[in-house]
Amino acid sequence: MRGEAGPGAALPGGRRRAESDPTGPGTGPGLGPRTPVPGPGAMMRFMLLFSRQGKLRLQKWYLATADKDKKKMVRELMQVVLARKPKMCSFLEWRDLKVVYKRYASLYFCCAIEGQDNELITLELIHRYVELLDKYFGSVCELDIIFNFEKAYFILDEFVMGGEIQDTSKKSVLKAIEQADLLQEEDESPRSVLEEMGLA
Amino acid sequence: MALKMVKGSIDRMFDKNLQDLVRGIRNHKEDEAKYISQCIDEIKQELKQDNIAVKANAVCKLTYLQMLGYDISWAAFNIIEVMSASKFTFKRIGYLAASQCFHEGTDVIMLTTNQIRKDLSSPNQYDTGVALTGLSCFVTPDLARDLANDIMTLMSHTKPYIRKKAVLIMYKVFLKYPESLRPAFPRLKEKLEDPDPGVQSAAVNVICELARRNPKNYLSLAPLFFKLMTSSTNNWVLIKIIKLFGALTPLEPRLGKKLIEPLTNLIHSTSAMSLLYECVNTVIAVLISLSSGMPNHSASIQLCVQKLRILIEDSDQNLKYLGLLAMSKILKTHPKSVQSHKDLILQCLDDKDESIRLRALDLLYGMVSKKNLMEIVKKLMIHVDKAEGTTYRDELLTKIIDICSQSNYQYITNFEWYISILVELTRLEGTRHGHLIAAQMLDVAIRVKAIRKFAVSQMAMLLDNAHLIASNTQRNGICEVLYAAAWICGEFSEHLEEANQTLEAMLRPKVTTLPGHIQAVYVQNMVKLYASILQQKERSGEKEGAQEITQLMIERLPQFVQSADLEVQERASCILQLIKYIQKLQIKEVPVAEEVIALFAGELNPVAPKAQKKVPVPEGLDLDAWINEPPSDSESEDEKPKTIFHDEEQRHSRHRQPEIDEEELARRREARKQEQANNPFYIKSSPSPQKRYQDTPGVEHIPVVQIDLSVPLKVPGMPMSDQYVKLEEERRHKQKLEKDKKKKKQKKEKRGKHHRHNSLHTESEEDIAPAHHVDIITEEMPENALPSDEDDKDPNDPYKALDIDLDKPLADSEKLPVQRHRNVETLKSPDSEAPLVEKKSKKPKKKEKKHKEKEREKGKKKEKEKKVVEEEEEKKKSSKHKKKKHKKEKDEKSKDKKKSKKKSHHSEEETTESVQNGTLDDEPLPVSSSALAALTYDIQGNLQNDSQVTVSVIFENKSTSFLKSMELNVLDSLNTKMLRPEGSSVHDGIPVPFQLPPGISNEAQFVFTLQSIVMAQKLKGTLSFIVKNDEGSTHEKLDFKLHFSCASYLITTPCYSDAFAKLLESGDLHMSSIKVDGISISFQHLLAKICFHHHFSVVERVDSCASMYSRSIQGHHVCLLVKKGENSVSIDGKCNDSTLLSNLLDEMKETLSKC
Repeated sequence: MRGEAGPGAALPGGRRRAESDPTGPGTGPGLGPRTPVPGPGAMMRFMLLFSRQGKLRLQKWYLATADKDKKKMVRELMQVVLARKPKMCSFLEWRDLKVVYKRYASLYFCCAIEGQDNELITLELIHRYVELLDKYFGSVCELDIIFNFEKAYFILDEFVMGGEIQDTSKKSVLKAIEQADLLQEEDESPRSVLEEMGLA
Repeated sequence: MALKMVKGSIDRMFDKNLQDLVRGIRNHKEDEAKYISQCIDEIKQELKQDNIAVKANAVCKLTYLQMLGYDISWAAFNIIEVMSASKFTFKRIGYLAASQCFHEGTDVIMLTTNQIRKDLSSPNQYDTGVALTGLSCFVTPDLARDLANDIMTLMSHTKPYIRKKAVLIMYKVFLKYPESLRPAFPRLKEKLEDPDPGVQSAAVNVICELARRNPKNYLSLAPLFFKLMTSSTNNWVLIKIIKLFGALTPLEPRLGKKLIEPLTNLIHSTSAMSLLYECVNTVIAVLISLSSGMPNHSASIQLCVQKLRILIEDSDQNLKYLGLLAMSKILKTHPKSVQSHKDLILQCLDDKDESIRLRALDLLYGMVSKKNLMEIVKKLMIHVDKAEGTTYRDELLTKIIDICSQSNYQYITNFEWYISILVELTRLEGTRHGHLIAAQMLDVAIRVKAIRKFAVSQMAMLLDNAHLIASNTQRNGICEVLYAAAWICGEFSEHLEEANQTLEAMLRPKVTTLPGHIQAVYVQNMVKLYASILQQKERSGEKEGAQEITQLMIERLPQFVQSADLEVQERASCILQLIKYIQKLQIKEVPVAEEVIALFAGELNPVAPKAQKKVPVPEGLDLDAWINEPPSDSESEDEKPKTIFHDEEQRHSRHRQPEIDEEELARRREARKQEQANNPFYIKSSPSPQKRYQDTPGVEHIPVVQIDLSVPLKVPGMPMSDQYVKLEEERRHKQKLEKDKKKKKQKKEKRGKHHRHNSLHTESEEDIAPAHHVDIITEEMPENALPSDEDDKDPNDPYKALDIDLDKPLADSEKLPVQRHRNVETLKSPDSEAPLVEKKSKKPKKKEKKHKEKEREKGKKKEKEKKVVEEEEEKKKSSKHKKKKHKKEKDEKSKDKKKSKKKSHHSEEETTESVQNGTLDDEPLPVSSSALAALTYDIQGNLQNDSQVTVSVIFENKSTSFLKSMELNVLDSLNTKMLRPEGSSVHDGIPVPFQLPPGISNEAQFVFTLQSIVMAQKLKGTLSFIVKNDEGSTHEKLDFKLHFSCASYLITTPCYSDAFAKLLESGDLHMSSIKVDGISISFQHLLAKICFHHHFSVVERVDSCASMYSRSIQGHHVCLLVKKGENSVSIDGKCNDSTLLSNLLDEMKETLSKC
């Protein structure tokens, strides 16, 4: 399965390509008079992972949002990001938010942040998340994320919480995940014994 | 039991797991929807089973489907079931599903409270962690309220893993349940110094986020953060702190000065681009907020610009983009420092990334000067040619025009060049901005007289080559320029060299394919051309020529008469008849040219956009008076409310006039003239609207007349703006030489101090003198227009005043309700605080106190203000209406500080009076009194919070016993609730923080929250207390009612008459009116009553008419027009909210009817 050309290609380490914004220029904070100023906060609003084909692979919303709005925003943003040419910068202004995205192999990692947030550190956050996935899955590829999407969420939840970075140390995030997984296995093992008993 | 388990396990073996589902979906690409609906049916079956493992598996699959866009809200209850599984594996899945699909609208969410609480206190830290994570996504106000205490406890958990999560989630809790902030804050602050770096950074994150939304409450933390900033090495944390300081500095300029040094150090030392960028941004923000009083801030700006240059030069597109972004911030305040990097920014125009190019374009706008405009535009023109994609090209086009036309063409030294640029731009195909170019052509040709000759020649060329342009006839396409070209050629036809040729070009059959509005202009302007040709021919005695041209018109015009466009058809047929008539006259050899030309006599001058507004209404003209009496519908309407306000408004303007005395006016006018005279671009408006430009005085001075000849000769087709760049360089060079020469001369004849003002001029101007002394005609004003100086300012000033008025409360309302707590605290007398708080939050006393002291300090100011207000009330009471000068009194009062004694005295006095006087008309109102105690209260809106009012209650002990353990309780309504301390139920009373010895009274304050303020409210309440004397003690009760009138939600706010007029004009307000008969008191007295009881302020008063203004705590504007008749008063009100208005008016009616 790993051999697949598309989603199977390993994500990080390889080319990471950055792209950017079709909504255009004049919409920067504090740029021209016609710029809608992004809100004052500095929190991440949501994170999306989607494929080059426009398939959503993961979505995490840090502000509870109605399903209808979520869908609309995802669709809109995906269109915008996918339309960006390679070699374009990774930032764009979109609605009242700033979008920071980065492409790893066939997957786009896309964060919507508030007006005051730092684009570069968000980019770093994305990269760190990819590194975490990579460490956890061992050279992660899109299929890992598809088939183990709950794990991808668990890792993200250990790393970012409520839109704020939770732990800047990769080690401690991975440790927490491992421990939790261990707990899960402990959970499961006694049950299988029980089941065997039941079957027997 | 065993059997069931066996059955469950067997079933489970046949269930699809997540992997199967994913694989299945991938294998059913054709009929995905069908396959999924089948899966959902299976999942529904699985959810019905008792086995939790099966359920968890089903929920996990649902979560996946949710991401694909399927609705899974129907399974919310099952998700909760899985969340409450005892096993971590399932719990984890349950919480994940919940965090993905729960939101405030999910109704079953309230069922989770207890489960979450249980998980939070689980001995397993991962259970707790998973619950916290989930909660952070779907926390609701109810959950926040119920769980706040549990989470707060977790902030001091032994495991850093939990502490860190608890701290982070606190932010979400604060947002949903603001009341939790104050009790939790000390502990949160403590976490800033947590030994675990993760917890510490979490605390920094939360506090920074809080502080940036509401900075002034966190100023006191600045030293702590300063310490953290200088000691921390974690970039994530540093960025947050620096961001926080960026928010704090506007409030505390001293902080800014302190910050510059460590920030510049960081800029020098850090290798992390994200940190560098943050520092640069903050330094910029700090410098902007300091703007003055920083001695060496040019060095810091220089450093920032330098670093940004490095970013922009970087090969990384992201850095480039951000560098440009930050550069544009500097540009606003320090354009000079950015301008020196023009080369770099021009380079960015070549970038392959469009977003970067567009950023660079934005920057260019602010960087042009007279010196470099041509060069920059030249560069842009090259880009226009190269640009692929119309969007970017159109963006370039608009930018070129923006850049050139900014500040009234301030940077254009050679308008011939500009016209050429515009003409060159017409070569763009497929642009959507044809009208923009056309508008520029018209504007320049009309306003720059000296350029008309050149402009006309260029426009004639355009008309001649119309076929190139007209191929694209889409609306707003480039063909729009023909509109301008035709008009310019027609209107200024006397400048045309080959008028015949142009006329023929306009009569070509191809013209009929143009859009109707352009053809219409063609038709109209060909007559102008015709008229001027006719005149020319008649003067030179070429009768035949004159008849020929008439014949040409008669032959060609019918094609327009047939036009499908009504406008074209109508004009053409009208003109055709006219020309036929002329032909008749010509045959009779009657000279007609003079009469024909008279049709178009008189120059069209540009009219200032505001001209109409500036014409004062002549004395004696009442625009609102009926010309014919309207058919009377009902007699009762003797006053038309709508017209009243207009009437009033005019009166304002008329009355404002005399305020500025004639001398001042003359002086200002003179100053303005002077200024215009010195500015080559503003040489007076043309003295009369006659056609006078033939002898424009400026024309002789044009030093480079030759250009007119040289350029069009060289470039017969389309003009080439590039030529001008070279010419301009030569010209400047020449100018410089001349200048030098003059200088030398000056040196030689040193004594001749009377050298030409000319040279002085060039010397003082570091910029280049314009090529022509072009008159940009100032736009025409009506003769009797009001002098513009004051008028220009007027629309701005009231807006500014309004801005502040409107924005302040709004901005505050966005803030976190942090404020709320503080308010409660500041409102309470010091000794009351400790017990109150201690009761609800079990936290270290010490911390609490420290915290409190700070708050108290902050509170002091507010308290003082309050006292002043009270004092003022008292004053008013004694000397009923000394209106107007209250402010001064206030100031004086505020100096007088020893108050407390006086205060108690004052309240006592009031109480007694109120008891005696049944129809007491002053607040505080007595609510209740018994033989033992009396209550008096006063309600005040709180400007800082749009949903709170403060009720000050004065308790008086009328007995001879000691009153203690007083507790005040109020029965909340849905709308109005008493703000109770954290954790107490709605049935608990609030203890009154003092005891009352016999005969003493004291005051306490209670805060109420309200949702809607449009209606008055009455709340029932009870005061319970213990009466203690020598014989023992008894429990007593006193019932009372609190009446929240609508007026109590109003806050006296001063308003300028202009702002007031604007407000009325805006048309956003609803209106309503009342009339009260039988008023005997004086108007003065009456106004005072309204001011006092209903919290209004007088905006303007004229005779027996006054306009008044007030504002509600929620920002409603309330405007009143009060008119006094013989025995009656009519009040017309306007307000954003009609209910509020009618209630206010009812209240007012009540007050007035008591007069």
